[in-house]
Amino acid sequence: MTDSAFVVVRPGALTTVQDLGRFGHAHLGVPRSGALDQPAHRLANRLVGNAEGAATLETTLTGCAVRLRRTATVAVTGAPCPVTVDGRPAAWGAAVRVPAGALLEAGAAAHGVRSYVAFDGGVEAETVLGSRSTDVLSGLGPAPLAHDAVLRLGPPRGPVPGVDGVPHRGAARELVLPVVLGPRDDWFTTAGLRTLATGEFRVSAASNRIGLRTEGPALERAKDGELASEGMALGALQVPPDGRPVLFLADHPTTGGYPVVGVVPEPYLAAAAQAVPGTPVRFTPLGRVSWPLSARRDVPSDGTGGVAEGVAKNVAEGVADRD
Amino acid sequence: MTMRSLPVGEHGLLIELDSGEAAEALHAELLRRAAARRLPAVREIVPAARTVFLDGLADPGRLAAELPGWRIPPLDRDDSATVEVPVRYDGPDLAGVAERWGVTPEEAVRIHSGTEFRVAFCGFAPGFGYLTGLPERFHVPRHATPRTRVPVGSVALAGAYTGVYPRSSPGGWQLIGTTDTVLWDPAREPAALFTPGTRVRFVPEPEPGPAAADRGTDTAPRSVSEGAAP
Repeated sequence: MTDSAFVVVRPGALTTVQDLGRFGHAHLGVPRSGALDQPAHRLANRLVGNAEGAATLETTLTGCAVRLRRTATVAVTGAPCPVTVDGRPAAWGAAVRVPAGALLEAGAAAHGVRSYVAFDGGVEAETVLGSRSTDVLSGLGPAPLAHDAVLRLGPPRGPVPGVDGVPHRGAARELVLPVVLGPRDDWFTTAGLRTLATGEFRVSAASNRIGLRTEGPALERAKDGELASEGMALGALQVPPDGRPVLFLADHPTTGGYPVVGVVPEPYLAAAAQAVPGTPVRFTPLGRVSWPLSARRDVPSDGTGGVAEGVAKNVAEGVADRD
Repeated sequence: MTMRSLPVGEHGLLIELDSGEAAEALHAELLRRAAARRLPAVREIVPAARTVFLDGLADPGRLAAELPGWRIPPLDRDDSATVEVPVRYDGPDLAGVAERWGVTPEEAVRIHSGTEFRVAFCGFAPGFGYLTGLPERFHVPRHATPRTRVPVGSVALAGAYTGVYPRSSPGGWQLIGTTDTVLWDPAREPAALFTPGTRVRFVPEPEPGPAAADRGTDTAPRSVSEGAAP
């Protein structure tokens, strides 16, 4: 049979279809979703000649195996893992020609968590709100891969570009995450913020596509009570009542009611998505951004609560100018 | 009106206001400005209980500095369409809610269905709207222990809000009824029936039919929501 599809032989622990994600629907409660390690996803697509937005498979720890019904150019990136075609070793991080009928397997991650499997033409799942991504929080997009499921591939692309070599990050002994403080750092005591900066945290096994949970010391709160629900950013460090920060990844809820002590900039989230449970985590607070934090419409320029005070407050606190 | 602009990472801006109404008015103004191309490029605008969050701004500080000079008209309550949602008031918590309100269940139904609601914001799940409009004396607490499974279409109350579960999920709100109205349909434009600003009226249906008891068992949730789940 030579149709443009593949059959799932081994779905692994969790293998989902992912692209760059859904944008512009957060106000309806729709998470961004998309590949957690976006550089790896983009690289896999480039290796097989796809546009970066084509859908790939994102595996979790144990890889996956599929049988192709048409000859395809395939590349596996992200977490390094043994790649085989009909049981014979093939290259990781490179374009591999897989003949029709052959079994392609991405094995268990040697280190890291998530590998990306790109096929020339991309995975052709149904598009929901502009994306083919599986969103595990809200259930949008294609179901996670299941045994015997059949997924379609897009039409094969033209010639595969030559690539000299694929850079690869080694296994991280420690995850170091910069944190831009705010918007709710004032919900924590000075000691609580010191705990964030100096505490020894570890990646919890309860982590998933929604969030990287941590184990470690609790951040001491300055304010009790509940925060009214507010919009949540990708990379937000939300602190639930147990005091252990949860780093929001692509499938995070769009609003939430626990205070966000700070936000990890997007370029660092790929490393977070590849950190295995038990990996030590160190947060390095960067301070607040330096634009005015307080502005009152009803008391213009009286110096008590307006823009001038906001700037003065930042300067007084010795906050670096990050604009 | 007081506005507080708070940084959210390098490209986000959280604007905090005194009230939900002020947040709705600012959100409406932001949408007007976006439509008129008088707003800097932004990836998401997310209204919530007392805040509006803007994400993907190149220079959030600049917008924060401009905000105090804006004229924000008060919310126009008549500028949006009204969605009518037929409800069977058969929820397991209806009697308890009526008791808290100090009225009979029949009177509780009249109060709820006689209220004009407005979608203040969405969240929790695609298509879940937080509807405001119930006077403060009718606000009820969430259950101390959330139900592990609330059927799709459940009409529920908690705090200042009413909501309808767009799919089966865990939840801690007080369930007062059920509806067959489809809250979320990705094939529809927009996919969500409730979008921020939409006015909503619940219309009582006659007694529940035999089909009502089993609703929602076909859509098992794929995961458990985190954070402040309804």
